[in-house]
Amino acid sequence: MKNLDTYCPKTWCPGCPDFAILQALKGAASALIENGVGKENIVFTTGIGCHGKTFDYLNLNSFYCLHGRSIPTSQGIKIANPNLKVMAIVGDGDVYNEGLSHLLHAARRNIDISVLVFNNRNFALTVSQYSAVSPKGFVGSSTPKGSSEEPFNPLKVVFSAGGSFIARGYALKADQLKDLIVKAVEHKGFSFLEILQPCTTFFDNREFYQEKIYQLENHDSSSKERALEKINEWEYQDGENKIPLGVFYQVEKPVF
Amino acid sequence: MYMKKQKNKKSKIKNKIVTGRKAQLSKTSLKDYSILIGGAAGQGTRLAGLVIAKLFGALGYHVYIYEDYQSLIRGGHNFSQIRISQKKADSRKEKIDFLLALDENTLQLHKKNLVKGGPVIFNSDRIKTKGMGIAIEKITKEEGGSPIMANTALIAAFAKIVGIDFKTLKEVLEKELRKQTELNLKIAEKAYNSTENLVKISRVSKNNLLLMTGNEAVALGAKNAGLNLYFAYPMTPATSILNYLAKHQEEFNIRTVQPEDEISVINMALGASFAGARTAIGTSGGGFGLMVEGLSLAGQAETPLLSIECQRAGPSTGVPTYNLQGDLNFVISAGHGDFSRFVIAPGDAEECLYYTGLGLNLAWQYQTPVILLSDKDVSENTFNVDQKVFSKIRPVAPLLWDKKGEYQRYKITKEGISPLAFPGDKKAIVKANSYEHDQYGITTDDEKEISAMQEKRMRKFQQMEKEVEKLPAVKIYGKNNARTALVSWGITKCAAREAAENLGIKLIQPIIVEPFPRKQMAKALKGVKKLISVEMNSSGQMAKVLNSHGFKVDAKILKYSGRPFFVEEIERKLKKII
Repeated sequence: MKNLDTYCPKTWCPGCPDFAILQALKGAASALIENGVGKENIVFTTGIGCHGKTFDYLNLNSFYCLHGRSIPTSQGIKIANPNLKVMAIVGDGDVYNEGLSHLLHAARRNIDISVLVFNNRNFALTVSQYSAVSPKGFVGSSTPKGSSEEPFNPLKVVFSAGGSFIARGYALKADQLKDLIVKAVEHKGFSFLEILQPCTTFFDNREFYQEKIYQLENHDSSSKERALEKINEWEYQDGENKIPLGVFYQVEKPVF
Repeated sequence: MYMKKQKNKKSKIKNKIVTGRKAQLSKTSLKDYSILIGGAAGQGTRLAGLVIAKLFGALGYHVYIYEDYQSLIRGGHNFSQIRISQKKADSRKEKIDFLLALDENTLQLHKKNLVKGGPVIFNSDRIKTKGMGIAIEKITKEEGGSPIMANTALIAAFAKIVGIDFKTLKEVLEKELRKQTELNLKIAEKAYNSTENLVKISRVSKNNLLLMTGNEAVALGAKNAGLNLYFAYPMTPATSILNYLAKHQEEFNIRTVQPEDEISVINMALGASFAGARTAIGTSGGGFGLMVEGLSLAGQAETPLLSIECQRAGPSTGVPTYNLQGDLNFVISAGHGDFSRFVIAPGDAEECLYYTGLGLNLAWQYQTPVILLSDKDVSENTFNVDQKVFSKIRPVAPLLWDKKGEYQRYKITKEGISPLAFPGDKKAIVKANSYEHDQYGITTDDEKEISAMQEKRMRKFQQMEKEVEKLPAVKIYGKNNARTALVSWGITKCAAREAAENLGIKLIQPIIVEPFPRKQMAKALKGVKKLISVEMNSSGQMAKVLNSHGFKVDAKILKYSGRPFFVEEIERKLKKII
């Protein structure tokens, strides 16, 4: 194993944006190391899903956790050794379905870990079922006539739970994503980075995202009101609204 | 008017003593007593019971306190039943020698169990009955104390009645009642002087043995074995471990964390162990049920974990503040997939102390889950503990990586144990995996690699089996060459031990139950023709374990009312069988 790479062959679908996120993660890890964080002090955890394969492809200290439980395991690592920089890498099924309560409580206690969500808005590894953030009407293998459930807006959920760093990136804007990962990790307290990721096999919304996304500019991320305004702009449906990217909210609060 | 009434009472008591009760009691052997103190929740009977126990501890007696309480905060009926004896006796007797009643309910519920002529010492401000009424509330009020201090008055009056000198009383109160000590002593003195001496319970030895609950012993055992972190979600009867450790966090240098649920508890703990912290978690059966997927993860990722399971009456929510030993078969087999674990079931506080320390060490030596299976009575009752046990508990270092070559978290070794390294080590990349993995920890579905890793873990389990035979896994009490033997575990071994000794038979107590100590059990059963399991559950779970290992259990004595066995009860049932 050399540098940040492992010998493990990659089994993501060809063209999967997970490759881009992995690139951004490596870039972020290198940047952190350049900024003085020892490589040995970087740790990440993963849940179960396509995102979880990152464990096998990124040569850093890591724990391939149970489905939905990456956030608790990350917190245990941080509590045991506060010198470590800990990233909980999770999928949308992993964190918005199975392990949602852990997300809320980690945000509430403002523990100094970073949650990075690989959000492809469906359960892909089990061959496409709807998740808590799939748009209403999502046609998947368990909802052949379309899902009848409304998605929730995860940024709003984390905001309500008291998250002190809330950001959104896009998998196919890897440079910006790398910067957001670094910012999230360097934030003192709980940081939440949602990564929108088209699922090229089961939910290919690349065009939709390309058309809707825009960068937050001149945004006051210390303002609750401004943050909520921007968070509310897109509610994870297929509507007309634009999708802001960047840091929505960042404040300093006592850390667990 | 009120004063007059009191005076009448006092003279009545005097009359009673004169009319022969003193003579009657002093004839009996005074070396084994049963004292029951009861009241409503919130009246402080538990602390009062503990202080009384410590009074006798100061006189060199062995002490045991059975706690009986309901799942409520105020009202209801709580009691502590204290056994004081010259010989070690960690069970309660059916009969009560002294009944201390803070309320009417206590009197009505327990007077039927009072020995003939046994005194009732009661709060005469609340109860009108025959016996030794003490105006504890009035005395407390007169001295300017708060209502809860009426317990001090009752304890002091009782001390006088049983002939404990005021000096001893004062010393114990000063130690136990740290808040408003002066005021408490004033109340104690007044109450002490307000009553008569009835019997003389004299000092029996110079020993003043330590007293602690099983849960306190669990906490101390883990602490002495180097515990760093304790994660728990509140659940009776495990909660007092969390509370005790939280209270002593700075002193013990152990951090306690109360996560959002038991699933988080176990997954956080595994993260912490992975990062190198010696970690324990605690819960009861329901919480343990939620943790089971995490237990399997500990098996697969080979992450050390001490899991304390304090049983209570089940199934499901069951009877939260009462006991059943109904989780043995569950914890032995909990978790999907093949992995081994240690299951250790201590039966009193001293065993909790020693075996919790052992358990934490085993978790790290074998990088596997260790389940310490307690039960409500072991957890919450108070026992004597031999100070010397502390010196037997030391942190045992796990197998650590020698920092040579490239680190492999799951290195294939002869004994199946792979050296540990932790994140933060400059030379190592540490990868722990819930998936099957290769030696580096990278996920695999290769046939050969899967088999090799399963075999590596199996070799480790074989080492665990060998280890168990070297440890005190099975204890024997009573007559060693008896043809009839009882087998009991957890709290039940306490009453069963006395019954076995009284009847001249043998008691076998399996303490480490998984991996099962076959050799030790075979040795314990040498010459035994009839084996009877005595357990607090409705199916005979230890009997099932024994049968599954080829040791035939001939009969079962089971109790499943939530209350532990009385010695007399076991003896009666045994006499029908043998």
